[in-house]
Amino acid sequence: MTSLLRRHSREAALLSAIAALFLLPLFGVNGFYAVSTFRSLAIDNLPVLLAAAGMTLVIVAGQIDISIGSQFVVGGIAAGLLAKSGLPMPFVVLATIALGAVLGALNGLLVAAARIPAIIATLATMVLLRNGVLRATGGDWIQNLPAGFQWFGLPSGVAQVAYLAAAAALFGAFAWAMRNTSAGRAFYAVGCDHEAARRIGLNPSRQVVAAFAVLGVATAVAALLNFTRYPTIETNAGLGFELKVIAAVVVGGTAITGGRGSPIGTLLGVILLGSIGTVFTFLHVNPAWEKAIQGAILLVAVVADTAFRKESARG
Amino acid sequence: MLSLRNVAKTYPGVRALRGVRLELAAGEVHALLGENGAGKSTLIKIASGVVQPDPGAEIRIGGVVVEHATPRQIQELGVAVVYQNPTLFAELSVAENLLFGEDGAVISWRGRAAAARALLARIGAELDVERPVKDLRMAEKQLLEIARALGRKARVLILDEPTASLSQQDADRLLDLVEKLRAEGVAILYITHRLEEVLRLADRFTVLRDGAYIGTYPRSEVDRARLIQLMAGRDLAEMFPKVRVPLGETVLDTRALCHEPSGVDNISLSVRRGEILGLAGLVGAGRTEFARVLFGLSPATSGAILIDGKPVAIRTVGDALAQGLAYVPEDRKEHGVVEALPIAENISLPILRRLAGVWLEEPREEQLAAELSARLGVKAASIYVAAGTLSGGNQQKVALARWLATKPRVLILDEPTQGIDVGAKAEIHRIMGELVKEGLAIILISSELPELLGLADRIAVLRRGHLAGILSAEEASREAVLHLALEDNAS
Repeated sequence: MTSLLRRHSREAALLSAIAALFLLPLFGVNGFYAVSTFRSLAIDNLPVLLAAAGMTLVIVAGQIDISIGSQFVVGGIAAGLLAKSGLPMPFVVLATIALGAVLGALNGLLVAAARIPAIIATLATMVLLRNGVLRATGGDWIQNLPAGFQWFGLPSGVAQVAYLAAAAALFGAFAWAMRNTSAGRAFYAVGCDHEAARRIGLNPSRQVVAAFAVLGVATAVAALLNFTRYPTIETNAGLGFELKVIAAVVVGGTAITGGRGSPIGTLLGVILLGSIGTVFTFLHVNPAWEKAIQGAILLVAVVADTAFRKESARG
Repeated sequence: MLSLRNVAKTYPGVRALRGVRLELAAGEVHALLGENGAGKSTLIKIASGVVQPDPGAEIRIGGVVVEHATPRQIQELGVAVVYQNPTLFAELSVAENLLFGEDGAVISWRGRAAAARALLARIGAELDVERPVKDLRMAEKQLLEIARALGRKARVLILDEPTASLSQQDADRLLDLVEKLRAEGVAILYITHRLEEVLRLADRFTVLRDGAYIGTYPRSEVDRARLIQLMAGRDLAEMFPKVRVPLGETVLDTRALCHEPSGVDNISLSVRRGEILGLAGLVGAGRTEFARVLFGLSPATSGAILIDGKPVAIRTVGDALAQGLAYVPEDRKEHGVVEALPIAENISLPILRRLAGVWLEEPREEQLAAELSARLGVKAASIYVAAGTLSGGNQQKVALARWLATKPRVLILDEPTQGIDVGAKAEIHRIMGELVKEGLAIILISSELPELLGLADRIAVLRRGHLAGILSAEEASREAVLHLALEDNAS
């Protein structure tokens, strides 16, 4: 039991922090504990959660992708334009996901084949995609979307439940596969040590491209679940999205150096960082504090990580 | 089991191997010997499929002709390599490291744990299979690598310097295991710089020199001197030529020095000008930890350090440098040299402040680097090549040059000849002789007993963080040192 707790100390700490956060409104706040609060919290955080799942894979593989905010808005715009062109929604979904895979794989190729450090390569694609969007749309919002676009034409209540169910199923399957399949573990191996991975017959370059492609797909799905909530698509959406996602992954216990991390930790990171704003609103705390607290949590997580690493290095 | 014929490998501008052959039989321990750069690593890489040989080579594994095979295919034919630096996944558990890629698409964690325990039991290792590998000791990692190879049903086991970073005791256990595997019919190719080991173990010896095949000899035809001669191509009459130097006054003195977190416990010893003080002990005995206390890396929690008889406070590396101490650490790659920087900048690192007034005086830096690397015989195209491109022996010379640039009075050398070839080793020993002649005091940490016995004026033996005893050169013998290092009850 103690060893179980030690092995999952990050998860335990996050659960306590989340419990404490959700208990705060008990003290003199009305209206927080309602189904609608939790449902809108969940719906708001779905896109971050899905992208963070993909990001967990990329960081475990020893890489990082800071272009996903741009990929996110490109996915949304592509979906909107395709829907406007009259393509049926199922094909819009498939095309958007395919585009996500291509954008992700492109990042992967820049890193694995052209040997550009991930942070530089994805900084370049971040700027490129963002400016491409500006050029292509002139900064105008995409409006007059077909009726079947928003909530896939479903009543919003039904659609929200469907989105939650779909995201839960996708995330659950992803988390299971990352832990329990040989394909999933290969990313951990590559993130630990390229050379060692090569020597047991893995192809690190291929793994890196695959990780970025999976993140591209995850970001595209996140974009679909996000932009179909509204009747119009803002072309400046997704600014700072990558920071939210990376922060949640790191707070969730994934080592930024690769090789260690779990989607469950990421889920807890998303819940913790994503709920602070709402709880603070109910507590009538100045919303300016939200970002500061999020930053502080990130700092604590990183410091805890370093301290932990030192301890295990000594032991 | 494994047969390599007419193997050549040409890299742009370098012929790494030419006309090499090697026959490895089942139930045989075959030693592969040669100085660093002789082509051993390249040959292993070819045998394991990591590197493709030039056309014309003939490779057979268990009678099957192998061409353009991937590492995976070679593994499936039963060849496994245990590398000098264990290629394990630090963040993953023991069980996962042992059985990576052995399951189908979906992993059964319970099945894995059971299979891992069975594999470890076969080689007599007791490890918690759930522990992350980063928490293991080096010896445990080596055992894990061997267990992994056996788990892959290896019929040919290539061991590359398996004992380079093990203590004598751990190394002995590993050698016992090798003998056991030989009895089970495994074909073992054993690469090492420790000749005692292969003289004890090996049935046949293949020697390479400068990429060329020198010959294969049965055990009855070789002894230590003959092997060294074959490897070096010249007679190295005396491996450890001790330079006798009249000893001067005491430079460094420790009184009941302790550092509780790392287990350094009550160590009192001294070293004199012109003296080489050997520090012996098993891995974990606290030799490196003691050196770290002296050098201010982990400041003493109690006790005193005296320089020239006066107590000094050493709380930081800066203090240690100011007192004339220098420390060449054990791990060359991690702490010894900055691989990306050129030789010159590596050497000038600790004295940048002295070289720099307002800005760095590059001519002085270059002159100093050139002098020192010439004096130590660093073999490199120029002092501007990156240190990471040098051989192990030359990297060690650069690390040494760096600390000599600080003009130290006490030089602490931590495993200075680990994993470097016979020629470079002899040169490091020669340099040490010259330094003590100039009045330097040297504290030499080494896991290779013959080296300590040959070079040191006195040997201090540590055991579990405390001083087990000090032996003079006359008293010191293999047995006497081991007795102190192992003894359990005495003070």
